[in-house]
Order: sequence, then C-alpha cells, then structure tokens
Amino acid sequence: MTWRPLTALLFFLSAHLAGAAEYPVRPITFVVPWGAGGGTDSVARIIASILERDLGKPVNVVNRIGGSGVVGHQAIVSARPDGYTIGMITSEIGMMHHQGLTTLTGASFTPLGLINYDPTAIQVRTDAPYKDFKDFLEVLKANPGKLKGSGTAQGGSWHVSFTGILSELKIPTNAFVWVPSASNAAGLLDLVAGGVDFVAGSHPEGRSLIDAGKVRSLVIFDDQPSGLYPHVPTGVQTVGLHWEIGAWRGIGAPKNLPKEIEARLQAAVKKAYDSKEYQDFMKQRGFGLRWAAPADFARYMETADAHLGQVMKSIGLTK
Amino acid sequence: MEHVWQAFELVFTPYVLGVVLASALFGLFVGSIPGLTATMATALLVPVTFVMDPVPAIACMATATAMAIFAGDIPGALLRIPGTPASAAYCDEAYTMTCNGEAEKVLGAGLVFSVVGGLFGVIVLVTTAPALAEVALKFSSFEYFWLVLLGLTCAVFISPGRPAKGLASLFFGLLISTVGFENPAAYPRFTFGSEQLMSGFQLTPVMIGMFALSEVIRYAVSNDTPLQPIKQGIGRIFQGQWGLMKQYKMPVLRGSVLGTIVGALPGTGADIAAWISYGLSKRFSKTPEKFGKGHIEGIIESGAANNSALASAWIPALVFGIPGDSITAIVIGVLYLKGMNPGPTIFIENPQNIYAVFIVFFLANLLMIPLGWMAIKTAKNVLRVPRSVLMPIILLFCVVGSFAINNSVFDVGVMLAFGLIAYAMEANDFPIAPTILGLVLGGMLEQNFVTSMIKADGHFSAFFARPIAGSLGVATLLVWFSPLFLGWWRRRRAAAAA
Repeated sequence: MTWRPLTALLFFLSAHLAGAAEYPVRPITFVVPWGAGGGTDSVARIIASILERDLGKPVNVVNRIGGSGVVGHQAIVSARPDGYTIGMITSEIGMMHHQGLTTLTGASFTPLGLINYDPTAIQVRTDAPYKDFKDFLEVLKANPGKLKGSGTAQGGSWHVSFTGILSELKIPTNAFVWVPSASNAAGLLDLVAGGVDFVAGSHPEGRSLIDAGKVRSLVIFDDQPSGLYPHVPTGVQTVGLHWEIGAWRGIGAPKNLPKEIEARLQAAVKKAYDSKEYQDFMKQRGFGLRWAAPADFARYMETADAHLGQVMKSIGLTK
Repeated sequence: MEHVWQAFELVFTPYVLGVVLASALFGLFVGSIPGLTATMATALLVPVTFVMDPVPAIACMATATAMAIFAGDIPGALLRIPGTPASAAYCDEAYTMTCNGEAEKVLGAGLVFSVVGGLFGVIVLVTTAPALAEVALKFSSFEYFWLVLLGLTCAVFISPGRPAKGLASLFFGLLISTVGFENPAAYPRFTFGSEQLMSGFQLTPVMIGMFALSEVIRYAVSNDTPLQPIKQGIGRIFQGQWGLMKQYKMPVLRGSVLGTIVGALPGTGADIAAWISYGLSKRFSKTPEKFGKGHIEGIIESGAANNSALASAWIPALVFGIPGDSITAIVIGVLYLKGMNPGPTIFIENPQNIYAVFIVFFLANLLMIPLGWMAIKTAKNVLRVPRSVLMPIILLFCVVGSFAINNSVFDVGVMLAFGLIAYAMEANDFPIAPTILGLVLGGMLEQNFVTSMIKADGHFSAFFARPIAGSLGVATLLVWFSPLFLGWWRRRRAAAAA
C-alpha cells in the first residue's frame, strides 16, 4: 500500500510547482478591515481591479469588519502565507495594540507598499471667530476646557493626533474636551449644527462641507500644501511644527511569504499605484497620493507606532 | 426648461434604460435574499459603475436600492425572514396575514405603497431639497437623542396588549446593544476577551435568528398537524389596493411624510423610519386592537415610510455631500468619481445631470410596479412548497444569510443563539420586535446621550436649550405622560358629573 505517500508527494509537487512557477493559479482574496462603501473600501476595490488585470486572476474584495478594524487585520495576519490572501492595512494598526485590543502591530505583516496618506487638518465653522490656527490656539489656551472637538472615537486617530500636536506645542492636553463621534462625517455634522467647536480630520473627509461653504480648514499638518486646498497654511508655516501622524492606507500580506511571491506582489502593487487609473481615482476623490516602498513603509509604521504610543500614554489611553 | 429636455435625452437612451432594467432586477434579487442588504447591493455595484457615464452610474444605484427595499418585504411576508432591516418592523404582521391566507393582499399593498411612498419622497427631493437640507443640518446630538427616545417609545405600541413584556423585551435589546467596543468611551464591554464580540452583535444575524430561525424551531417542535400549504396561488395582487388607498389616506400620507423627514436626517435611515411609522400607525389607528393579528394598516404606513426615506436620504447627500444613510455614503463617493461633486452648486453646474437623476428616480419607482408584480408572481411558488420541505430550506437561508453579511462563522453562531432565545421568548409570550428595536436604537441612544452630556459639561438642561431639541423633548414627554394625564382628567370629570 504505497499509493498514499505517492499521492501526497504528487500533490505536494504539483502545489509547489504551481506556486513557484506560475503564481497566481487561483483567485486572490483581498481583505478590507472596514465596511463596504467607506473610503478604505473604495480604495481597496479600485486597487483590486487593477491588480486583477496585472496578475491575471480574480482579486476578490472581502469586507471583514468589526472591533474597530481588529477583526480584518487579524484575518490577514492569520491567513496562510501563500500569496492568496492579502489586504488593506490602515493607520489604526499603530494604535490598537497600545489600547490592549490586540497584539498585532505593523510588524506582524509583510508590507507590500503604502498607497495613500492624508495628513491631520483642523476644521472650524465658516463663521468661527478665529483668524488662523494661532488665533485658535490662543482662545484654546485662554479658556481651558471650553472648546469641544470631535472627529473620531475616543482614542481614535484624529483625537490622538490632535493631542500629540498640542503636547508638541507645549499646550496642556486638557485644554480641550473631546466629544467622541462614530465617524469624521458625524463629527463635521455636529460642528455645523453647533454642537462642537472644531473637528480634526483629513481634507477629503471635510471636502463636501468645505466646498459648500459651511466649514473652513485652518491648518494642515504636512510638509507640503494640501492637494485639495493648496491655500490652507501648513503646520510648518503657522506654528513651525513638523508632524507626520495622519490617516494612511497600505497593502500587506501575512508574514513569511515565499520570496518570489513577495517580489511578484510588490511589483504588482507598485504598478497599480503608478497606474493612471489609480492616480485619477485618488485625485477625483481627493485622497492624498503617497507612495512608500515596502522597506520605507515598514519603517514609517514603526516610527508612527512609537509616537502614537507616547501620546496615548500621556493622555491615559494605554493599557 | 432646456435642461429638463437635455435630461430626458440623457435618460431615454437604450443604454441607460438597459442599465436601469438590469439594476432593477439585481436589486430585486439582492433585496429578496435575506442577509444581502440594499447597502451591500450598492457597494457591489461600485466597480461596475467605473466604466459608466455619470447618469447611468447614478441611475443604476438609485434603481437597485429602491427595488431592494421593496423586495425585502417579500421574504418577510412569505417566510418571516425580513429581506432587509427596513422590513423588520412589520415582518411579523405581514407573515401573520400570509398565514391567514391574505398573502396577495399584503404583498400587493407592500408593492403599491412602496411606490406611493417612493414617489412622495422623490417629489420632495425634487422640489425642496436645498431648504430641507438646511433644516437637517440643524440636528445635533441633542435633537437626535430625543428622536431616538421617540423611536424607542414605539416599543410600547408594537407590543400588542402586553406593554410590560414589551418593555422587558426592549430592555433586553438595549442590553445586547451595549456589547462591544464601539461605544462613546471606546471601552470593550461584555466582550470576554473575544475579538469577534468587540464589534458587538450585528443586526442582520440577530434579526434573521430571531424572526426566521425561531419560526423553524417552532415548526420542528410543534405536535400539531402540520399547516397545509396554501392552495390558492397569488392572483390579482392589485385588486382592492385602490380601496385601501382611499380607506387609509391619512396613514399613507403620515408614513410618507415621516419617512421623508427621518430619511433626510443624516443620522437615521429607512429602517428607523419604518419602526417609528409602524408605532405611530398603531398609536393613531381607529382600530389599534387589530394590530398584531394580521392588520394591513401598519404595513401600508411603514411600507410607504421606508421607501420615501430612501429617496429623501439623497437630500443632504446631494446638497451637502452628507450621507443620509449608509447607501448614500457610497453614492457620494461615486458622485465625486464622476465629477458630479455634491454641494449646493450641483444644481447650477450640471443641472441636466441632476434632472436626469430625478427622472431616473421616477422611472425606478414606476418600474417597480411591473417588476414587483413579476417578483411576487415568482415568489408565490414558495407557498406551494410543503412546509416539511420549506423549513430546511429556510434554515439553509438563515445560515447563508448570516454568514454572507461579514463572511464570518461567528455570525452564524449569533444567529443560532438568538433563534433559540427568540423561541423561548415567544413561547412565554414576550414579543420579539422590541428587542430588535432596542438593538437598532441602543447604540444611537447611548452615543447621543453621552456626547450631549460631554458638550453640556454635564448639565441636563441643555437637552431643552436648543429650539428643535426643546420642542422634540416636550413632544416626547407629552407622548409619555398624556395617557396618565388624560386618565386623571376623565376620572375627575366622571367624579364631577356624579
């Protein structure tokens, strides 16, 4: 009875050869840790459709939502490292483990490339009395606890980013009160309805209300002017602060990917990023275009992670 | 006027009409499959629209969602599985009517009054969008808090004859809505270290379990002679609908108006509109005692409400780029992609495109009549299937539906667990609809209460300080205490007369 090991060997060989020689041989699953229809989902769907053409096999987007992104990120990490499961990783990966929600960090993935970055910007009502961001900070300092801000959940990325900015500027971080909101859109609505005084978030998120003349942006924390609103002063110009925390999206795979598959995917992701279709899509939607090659992407995640940890610890959000 | 003609030219091309028809069929299919929601239908259409011009792209989404919300009524009425959350409010009532042999009446009414509500919402969208959007922008957490409380009050109205048990069921729903990490303090509650529980209990698996699975269990354990399949098919579904329309003029109007308002508010959508409408319908009905025993009135009112909410959700979306519900959130992304940036200027920059979208809305609602009729005709075959065959198939649908929502086996477990809980509840005469209502509104109630208190630095008086919030608050308190007051007044009058 020798057929059993023999089939096993054949099976192994065929799988091995197929995997090595002509990856991909079957459809690829692209995990998105956020809901269908959101910003991350729409970026994922366009990237997936471009990857599909390049790789020659279907790339199926699967939304695995829940636990503020933990469930979906976990699904990517715990998939088999065979190149048939990849997914979108987002800025929250640098925060969740500080809160004790997961053990995952950016280092739990094989990075394939950073494809989007949107810096922190501060938005107020159009009729708000502040001339500029400096003016706003004066009011904030003079009336501790009076100004209310919103834009994410308690301990969400924009909350932490804004707190970090204040502490870099040596302003007490209890000078404002954070009102948690389910999404940046909900925070902006509350801003317009007069419920809060400012919203921290990205320009694409505030875009429709800025265009409608209901909201204006005071400052954007980036080294270069915003693609959408180039007239908005940068953090360096107004308060001399270089600040690199914002919302980003990248593509990752499980650890221990076979080298040749990793190289193939990295090339495909880079090609998709450079494609006219992706560039046009991002410009239309107003999302920030920024590329970081896998090694730089990993380094960026590490720095951001350490930075976020520090800020979160200072405001008692860590476990 | 010139723009209107241009718009007609944009819409009435074979390509656009073909897209509308195809997406209508797609919407009907998705809506009638439990676990596939109208939101999912829209998200699946996004990659398809990449290759289209603006008008067909928007047309395809508007049509598919309108069809999906109507089609959600079909499995609700025939199998007691709400096809979409928007049908959950009156699913029980509709199923009771089917069991009473009135399937054609209830499905016909669902179709006709979906169209009526839908058209009403579209007319409001076309005529008053900018003005209504300004009002919607005045809603902050204080206003939403009162609105949610009003919605919760409906639990009392939807628990026929046993308000205490209805209240218990509602509080159970509120309790399970607290599970998870997505609360204002962002602190994991009742998660027992499980990553799956961090997102709390998702509405769809709970809903499928409580409505559909419990029915399967009840069938499996009952010793009665099995129900005979209903012999007569569904014939003339439109018969008698005009009579209903005349008889229930007020409920239809009230449902359409309420649906339009709730839909236009950015924080609430078609499902909440249907719940509140159903509650109001019973509250103001001349025959509230008939509710829960297979009465068409509430179905008419809330069926109109959920479709009108669907159209009016586009009001803040088009005027300010603010999503009125999860569907329009996706649509806004597509609008940007197609260069039709939402904002007050959308009516000035590309008027022919926006008029074309309006025309498509009318078209989609009118197309619902023949296509909905076909869908009902096809679906009626379900009634011919013997129950012993049908029940295992429903079970299969329950499993597939709850898996499909998030591709997760955990949700299948949630569905099974809540099916058992619902079976136990109904066996002891506890209504299950209030539990679903509690789960739908619990998160919003907490979020709006806590954020309001943070904003007001802990002063409760702030809930009455803003004009709209104050009025809503007084209205809510009146609804709560008017029965007490009226009772006292009547007793006093009786005493005075004696």
